[in-house]
Amino acid sequence: MIPANFEYHRAGSVDEALSLLAQPDVYTKVLSGGHSLIPALKLRLSQPGALVDIARIAELRYIRQDGNYILIGSTSTHKDIANSALLAQHIAMLPEAAGLIGDPQVRNVGTIGGSIAHADPAADWPGVLLAADAEIVLRSQAGSRTLAAQDFFLGFYSTALQEGEIVTEIRVPIPAAGTKSTYQKFMQPASRFAIVGCAAVVQVSNGTCSKVRVAFNGVADACFRDVNVENALAGKAPTAENIAAAAAQAAQGVSILSDHYAAEDYRKHLAEVYAKRALTVVAG
Amino acid sequence: MSVKISVSINGKKYTSEVEPRQLLVYHLREALGLTGSHVGCDTSSCGACTVLVDGQAVKSCTTLAAQVDGCNVITVEGLAKNGSLHPIQEGFKEEHGLQCGFCTPGMIMAAADLLQNNPDPSETEIRHALEGNFCRCTGYHNIVRSIQWAANKLKETNAAVL
Amino acid sequence: MTYIGQSVKRVEDKRFTTGKGKYTDDIKLVGMTHAHIVRSPYAHAIIKSIDIDTALAHPGVVAIFTGKDIAAAGINGVPAGWQVNFKDGTTMKEPPHPLLVADRVKHVGDGIAVIIAEDLATARDAADLIEIDYEVLPAVTNPAEAVKAGAPQVHDNAPNNICFDWELGNPKAEVDAAIAASHHVTRLDLVNQRMAPNAIEPRSAIGHYDDSKDKFTLYTTSQNPHLTRLLMCAFVLGIPEHKVQVIAPDVGGGFGSKIFHYIEEALVIWASKQIGRPIKWTSTRSEAFLTDAHGRDHVTTAEMGFDKEGKVTALRVSTFANLGAYISTFAPAVPTYLHGTLLQGLYTTPKIHVDVTAVFTHTNAVDAYRGAGRPEATYLLERLMDTAALEMGMDPAELRFKNFIPAFDGVTQPGYQTQVALQYDSGNYEPVLERGLEMVGYENFRKEQAEARKNGKLLGIGFSTYIEACGIAPSAVVGALGARAGLYESAQVRVQPTGKVSVFTGSHSHGQGHETTFAQVVADRLGIAMEDIDIVHGDSDSVAFGMGTYGSRSLAVGGSAIVKSIDKVLEKGAKIAAHKLEAAEEDLEYAGGRWTVKGTDKSIGFGDIALTAYVPHDYPAGLEPGLDFSSFYDPANFTYPFGCHIAIVEVDADTGKVTLKRFIAVDDVGNVINPMIVDGQIHGGLAQGIGQAMLEGVAYDAEGQLMTGSFMDYAMPRADDLPSFEIDRKVTPCPHNPLGVKGAGEAGCIGSTPAVVNAVMDALTPFGIIKNLEMPMTPQRVWRAMHQK
Repeated sequence: MIPANFEYHRAGSVDEALSLLAQPDVYTKVLSGGHSLIPALKLRLSQPGALVDIARIAELRYIRQDGNYILIGSTSTHKDIANSALLAQHIAMLPEAAGLIGDPQVRNVGTIGGSIAHADPAADWPGVLLAADAEIVLRSQAGSRTLAAQDFFLGFYSTALQEGEIVTEIRVPIPAAGTKSTYQKFMQPASRFAIVGCAAVVQVSNGTCSKVRVAFNGVADACFRDVNVENALAGKAPTAENIAAAAAQAAQGVSILSDHYAAEDYRKHLAEVYAKRALTVVAG
Repeated sequence: MSVKISVSINGKKYTSEVEPRQLLVYHLREALGLTGSHVGCDTSSCGACTVLVDGQAVKSCTTLAAQVDGCNVITVEGLAKNGSLHPIQEGFKEEHGLQCGFCTPGMIMAAADLLQNNPDPSETEIRHALEGNFCRCTGYHNIVRSIQWAANKLKETNAAVL
Repeated sequence: MTYIGQSVKRVEDKRFTTGKGKYTDDIKLVGMTHAHIVRSPYAHAIIKSIDIDTALAHPGVVAIFTGKDIAAAGINGVPAGWQVNFKDGTTMKEPPHPLLVADRVKHVGDGIAVIIAEDLATARDAADLIEIDYEVLPAVTNPAEAVKAGAPQVHDNAPNNICFDWELGNPKAEVDAAIAASHHVTRLDLVNQRMAPNAIEPRSAIGHYDDSKDKFTLYTTSQNPHLTRLLMCAFVLGIPEHKVQVIAPDVGGGFGSKIFHYIEEALVIWASKQIGRPIKWTSTRSEAFLTDAHGRDHVTTAEMGFDKEGKVTALRVSTFANLGAYISTFAPAVPTYLHGTLLQGLYTTPKIHVDVTAVFTHTNAVDAYRGAGRPEATYLLERLMDTAALEMGMDPAELRFKNFIPAFDGVTQPGYQTQVALQYDSGNYEPVLERGLEMVGYENFRKEQAEARKNGKLLGIGFSTYIEACGIAPSAVVGALGARAGLYESAQVRVQPTGKVSVFTGSHSHGQGHETTFAQVVADRLGIAMEDIDIVHGDSDSVAFGMGTYGSRSLAVGGSAIVKSIDKVLEKGAKIAAHKLEAAEEDLEYAGGRWTVKGTDKSIGFGDIALTAYVPHDYPAGLEPGLDFSSFYDPANFTYPFGCHIAIVEVDADTGKVTLKRFIAVDDVGNVINPMIVDGQIHGGLAQGIGQAMLEGVAYDAEGQLMTGSFMDYAMPRADDLPSFEIDRKVTPCPHNPLGVKGAGEAGCIGSTPAVVNAVMDALTPFGIIKNLEMPMTPQRVWRAMHQK
């Protein structure tokens, strides 16, 4: 398996990357860890004229706290996130999800920015970032803009990323004390991508669930927040009955994927099971 | 069109001109004759091509040679020192952790990554750490024991993995 | 030092652990070019036109050949190595399998053109420049559908897509009557799904024509280099065999898929002469899924009758076997002589009838895959046993004890004559099940299971007591059954003047550790050190002849051939020793590498005799110099390993996901030379058998597109899918070969599959007796089975 040929540029800074990306008449793709892009290149599903390698831009690889946010540089690897004590302390589902991606070799190299820019409907980050209420920072030569995750993920392999833009940062708000989060994943046995991945965040205080956020990967052609489940649990006591009732609302009214490993009815059933499991972890 | 790269491979510096599309595994195998890293799939699934780049296990079939410019690469050929097997290699021999040998280099490199991060892994941790590597011969049973053997040997001799 | 029975560490491992193994794709010849094969994206289509001009003009492209070139060169297709006739005696339909297709493609992956270029990237780039116009035709992929009226036809000369029909056993009317008279009949409709062998090393072939010697060399990933040479030379290319050297260097696993002669081997050989340069072709994994012969793919109805006490009264089996689009080398033998003949199992079933229809479909060829036919037989028998036990309210272990064939050693007692042609060599079946029950802690498990059910946990136990026929086998027998080759093995033992020994074996190791096991045998028999022995295999110019490694035959057949040659060495050595020691031959004994005159301290070592044989100054009159013997060993019978496999599973009641908690295997493979290696063979077989039950399965859609064409879609066991295995063994020696060995390569794969499926069925008994569990038991399928959705 050999890719079609392309030009390769390594950028030393974001500015350099943006100027390389802005070359006219060359279809240029950003290369980070390469674990979404290189497989597509090898199969010649993607045939760019040039790649801009941003993996070594030091200013893009960090995980740090800034006020009420944890900031994750876009070339942080899944392993960086899996090992982050800061994230583990404040929003455990990120390290948890990172540890469930691919395999150790993939986690060593694959990056969060690359994964979300690719927006595979079965990838793990999109739903997790939706449930985290995260923001995505994009930069182009025209400047920088920040989008809510909700506004970044547009559909099947589709994001708000424009030509000439690079994902530079993921901003994760630190949840209020007493908030728990989890990511529960039912894997496709061959690829180990999510057939159903459920990210859930709940604050339980005074015996009541609040700030309930639930999002899914793998269920539909793009990640989505499941407000039916959220609304069904918000304001309720975290009892097994209430959790089950809320989970039973999962994936209502969405167009559910169907494939060799999970037809629509089974996938919907799994969404309910995984909503229940995730909510039980964070609220049960 | 080609890119000039300078890479330390098994402690030796190589400077080469490569096509940007050249995958690291083919560069190692074709240009440098290091045929210990194998290609078993097209989808970054089998792990037979695993090498260490700056100490971390990566799949060299999903890495451009251009990406490792300036890096320190260790392949399976770089583990044995002065003619004696590395403890992980020894473990695979002692515990019959290989049969046809084709997945073995990748398994050994994945094990090196694991033991660097976790010198005393449980069976469950070992099995989890091998999720990026297929073996079709051993059923993994003896691979687990091989890595346990290596972990013990490294502990007993108070040796670093690399 | 005694080596036999010791877990000697493998001599192969230094090269494999240091990256110094030499596999076909590692070989680089001077001036070597690289080939890329353009393959059909359609299962069934007419090639209306091919335009190669642009590709041919692409810089770096050396040559392009298409099906028309192959046809114009008069090259025959790849032949079948086994012939099975229709019930009425007519010959099976044997359509050609061309090296490249000129007119009508018959499966996705059918070869259409080969592009040869200076490097692989250029060859691949040029493939995008070839234009092919197809007329797409309807396809059929399911064998039971393919025989129906109106189904798309794969070949013009195989009506209803039938290659042959075949039957074996007692007269059908007798079996029908016995089934009808049974107290209880268990019936199962089973699919033994299609499997992708997936040796981790993809196939590869290098063809090299040296015009200075008018000689060809083929390096290939083969379990069977001599047979590849024979088929390629005599049947495909029509080139003289003595002008072709076939080398199978280190081979990275085979599992059956590298037994067969493939089109790419003949293609690189033929094309290398056309272009005057060596050509390497290496399969990608995607191509491997499309073109490495698949395994299994049976659609079966099986019925087993029982009397009131639970004794089996009769077995009736009807199977559609999918051959794919072309007949691969051993394909006709697999659903017939390797499947029908095993339906006696371990049981005294008095009446058996099996009916097989072998069918062409628009899919990749199906041939032997680890176990080959025997897993199919074991699967249906053992699924029937556990299902019948549930239906009759009996314990599945008890039901087996009731039906086991009584022990026989094959020496003082005769072998056991089955109803399906074979005569078992030796067997003692109760102890393997007894030991399995002891290891699993059966009574405790049943208590634990009842307790777990109260808490909504679905635990299950499944059994499988299997037999297989290995060490394939007497040439006269297989010849009568349609084999177009003999199934003996050759071995040459060459004692060097210094007493060091080179052994040339026709067996081929691709992971089995022959260099170690065979050396253990030779060292013990000659009383010398293992270090003084070199095992040579896989090169047709070094090894006289070979039938290769498959069917768990290497030690039983290849090892026996080595023993025969050693016997000849020792016989001649004794003559020389007698001369040197001035004693009569019959007064000598050989032990510890020395001939000693009995009752004296007069002795002479093996090394001295070797030197004398090559420096025959003081030498027996009339005796030839040298100490070098070849032998061919043709076994008297198959060997019959057997065993008991037990699986314990837990089913996630919410998702249907099956977790294998424990796996117990007690196998009896006869005598054991290297326990470590035998255990390793069992482990690997178990993983593949369990993989079939739980994860693996090739799926084609209705158009014949492969839906599981990569490791991203075809699930195969990873380390964290499996537990550590609990294994033990019993030893019932083979009575008819000199080592008493039976073979261990396939046992794990044959016994394990039904044990896992039975365990899931047992776990799901709170939902009723669920008979329609299909493999692989994906969570979705198990969930549907639980809820009958």
